Amino acid sequence: MRTPVRGPESLTQGLRGGVGDSPVRPDARLKVRGEFAYSSDLWMENMLWGTTLRSPHPYARIRGIDISAALTLPGVRCVLTADDVPGSKMYGNDKRDQPVLAMDVVRYQGEPVALIAADHPETGRRAAALVDVDYEVLQPLTDPERAIHDDSAPRLHSGGNVVRHQPVVVGDADAAVAEVVVSGEYTVGMQDQAFLGPESGLAVPAEDGGVDLYVASQWLHNDLWQVAPCLDLPESKVRLTQSGVGGAFGGREDLSVQIHACMLALHTGRPVKMMYHRQESFFGHVHRHPAVMRYEHGADRDGRIVYVKAEIILDGGAYASTTPAVVGNAASLGIGPYEVPNVAIDAWGVYTNNPPCGAMRGFGAVQTCFAYESQMDKLAAAVGISPAEVRRRNAVAQGSRLATGQVLDSPAPLAEMLTRLEAIPLPEAPQGDRDLRDLPGGVANTTHGEGVRRGIGFGVGIKNICFSEGFDDYSTARIRLEVIGGEPVALVHTAGIEVGQGLVTLQAQIARTELGVERVTIVPADTAVGSAGSSSASRQSYMTGGAVRAACIEVRGVIAGRLGVAPVDLRLTGGKAVSAAGGVLGALVDVLGGDAIEVTREFRHRPTAPMDPLSGRGDSHTQLALCVHRAVVDVDVELGLVKVVDLSAVQDVGKILNRLSLEGQIQGGTAQGLGLAVMEEILVSEGKVRNPSFTDYLIPTILDMPPMRMEILEYPDPNAPYGLRGAGEPPTLSSTPAIVAAIRDATGRALPRVPVRPEHIVGD
Amino acid sequence: MRLKLSVNGEDVAADDVWPGESLLYMLRERLGFPGAKNACEQGECGSCTVYLDDTAVCSCLVAAPQAAGRRVRTVEGLAAGLPDEELSAIQAAFVEAGAVQCGFCTPGLLVSATDLLRRNPQPSDVEVREALAGNLCRCTGYEKILDAVRLAATRRNP
Repeated sequence: MRTPVRGPESLTQGLRGGVGDSPVRPDARLKVRGEFAYSSDLWMENMLWGTTLRSPHPYARIRGIDISAALTLPGVRCVLTADDVPGSKMYGNDKRDQPVLAMDVVRYQGEPVALIAADHPETGRRAAALVDVDYEVLQPLTDPERAIHDDSAPRLHSGGNVVRHQPVVVGDADAAVAEVVVSGEYTVGMQDQAFLGPESGLAVPAEDGGVDLYVASQWLHNDLWQVAPCLDLPESKVRLTQSGVGGAFGGREDLSVQIHACMLALHTGRPVKMMYHRQESFFGHVHRHPAVMRYEHGADRDGRIVYVKAEIILDGGAYASTTPAVVGNAASLGIGPYEVPNVAIDAWGVYTNNPPCGAMRGFGAVQTCFAYESQMDKLAAAVGISPAEVRRRNAVAQGSRLATGQVLDSPAPLAEMLTRLEAIPLPEAPQGDRDLRDLPGGVANTTHGEGVRRGIGFGVGIKNICFSEGFDDYSTARIRLEVIGGEPVALVHTAGIEVGQGLVTLQAQIARTELGVERVTIVPADTAVGSAGSSSASRQSYMTGGAVRAACIEVRGVIAGRLGVAPVDLRLTGGKAVSAAGGVLGALVDVLGGDAIEVTREFRHRPTAPMDPLSGRGDSHTQLALCVHRAVVDVDVELGLVKVVDLSAVQDVGKILNRLSLEGQIQGGTAQGLGLAVMEEILVSEGKVRNPSFTDYLIPTILDMPPMRMEILEYPDPNAPYGLRGAGEPPTLSSTPAIVAAIRDATGRALPRVPVRPEHIVGD
Repeated sequence: MRLKLSVNGEDVAADDVWPGESLLYMLRERLGFPGAKNACEQGECGSCTVYLDDTAVCSCLVAAPQAAGRRVRTVEGLAAGLPDEELSAIQAAFVEAGAVQCGFCTPGLLVSATDLLRRNPQPSDVEVREALAGNLCRCTGYEKILDAVRLAATRRNP
């Protein structure tokens, strides 16, 4: 097999650093030297460049496609359309509703229509401009509420425009009597993952008629299961190898270049590299669902919630992607981490001709968190208690029931978290002349402090960890323990995707702890080993960590057998086999000799149940995680500019496996929540994206991020490996409502929409 | 066209360069220096930052022919002059402080931070923030990048 230059490589480290330590990342050295091979760095002699022609229209019928002019351009090797898709013309993450290349109709701006392979990427772009697509432009359906309720709206898919409707019903919310009622309509704009590494991959045709695909994915096997049928190849002839990922955040859960690059490679017989540029990337992956949410909370005079009614509408755009699961999260977690005796939620996910939406960090729990937390602040004001107190009075604890009826059967220390958050010192009030760079507007010199008001706000969020609703969620690990160069070495092979979060570090830590070795090799993730599931839902520490641990324990069992001791009586530490009583049974090198031990194990979490389609009831989640934030902002109330001055967080993670990585997750997740609060939105009008660039789609810079303080709690979950609780997503939920609450506190504005823009602060 | 320039102290030449290519493309695709990264190719993210002579620039905004006859220093050259396998103080600090997650922003940040410490060996936090405001990072929330620059500033050999 031909392999690419600058391709994935094994990472080997010999050092101490087991579970609970913060060893240096095994890939960090390569990354700081510019030597780490990202998928956009893949290169091969004789390779071609793939280009995608995309629809300029959000909704149109295709009357014909003429590729003849494009084919005559020197340097163009092929032009492919839907007719050239070898196998299934359709694919999809959940429903197979998405064409590999558009056939008779395009349903969103940016939908792939044709593919070009050329000698130079610029030649490919010019060829794309020469493909003549005859469109009959149609009026797009862009209003998600019309998609639900208006029978005269176009039916975008044969099953209608509703992807999923999920009610949640507890008690009788209509009959419940409340002394205090607060209500509101809240809107969340379309957020983008804005990972920095563009979608890219290299497909290499193989001698057996198959293809080797090097790509940056979040879940190689789910890619494989979608790619192979479209290529009309058995899964054994489509081999995927993970290449370096420049961030993901949900945006790589759906396919981008995968099928297209393979088609071009198989057609031309040459390696084909595809790499989106930033503008194309905005059209090349799904986004966070924009949402409209109408909430009504009834409570008693003390602020204890009596009922919640909510209507949640999530715009899934043109194709389903992961919308069904996003709706499930929005519905099951729609009241937040609060005890509520009567609930009536209707959550909808719909098709429109807007950009397709799917997975982004927080996955359906982010949108509702903004709404229910805004409601909690209204409730606090209505009954005259503090934001922290109203949350404490309604907080869940271990033993509480969620709206789905599921009992929280592991620690849920929300009240304590709020109390600890309140105890974190506030930043000092500004005095005297201030550095411009600390003020809203910064070096733009828009204020010297006049018109600047300070505000404080709180936010609380709850997120499910791992896959939910009865999904068969598992991960696979292969461990090989052998003597190399006179030293015991553990090789860890999984398909678990390192997206930056530190999974490669953690896998090595677990192998060291369980096998008592220092030297660990992490081989590149690929489809030669079983599925690891997706690097999403904050699940890889739990699932692939759990699989590595389980496989290591089995390796230990083999060693115990060789030594003739019971597995429970054996520990491996410092390269030695040690009995429970502490006696050395032998050096690992001697026990292993020339005989390697190799084990492959699958690991599953406790099974979950589907939600009842009418009541929403069911133990749909296996683990839930909490994070709380307090934000302090300075707002220039004359210009509407916001400076977030301070962010503090308290999170319960069950067990800290690697503090350095964990802090990075909390800080990074918080930053994405800040982005949603005050700047990030894909602006869509009539189905067209208006700001597909980093010039116009703003993400937080180092100037936008305040210092962060955090407190990390460790209340173990007895069901999880090491007692851990998934940690990557919860901070993304709670920072947004905390920041908006702080802006409301500073301005007195209602601010029912994120991101908050200057005109929302200073407008009428 | 054929272009000659110096990259990380080495004289190199690229053939068949299309005049519309960026310095970034030429470095990555023609000269074998993929360290500088292609995140936005619009001068907004800083991932492609390199030295052109003695100035830190976004290499995506420099036309390849503009670099003819000049000195380019990329992330691959930051540890130049040090013994093999040794990292520069800033590179080492990024590793130790946890400033690297996905790492796609890292090459640009390292060049920008190197440039900052060359101009200002003991920057205040607000000076660090101002100097690095042109480098986007999506993973870290920047806190550990600040930690890394603070750490590097306490050491010699930026």
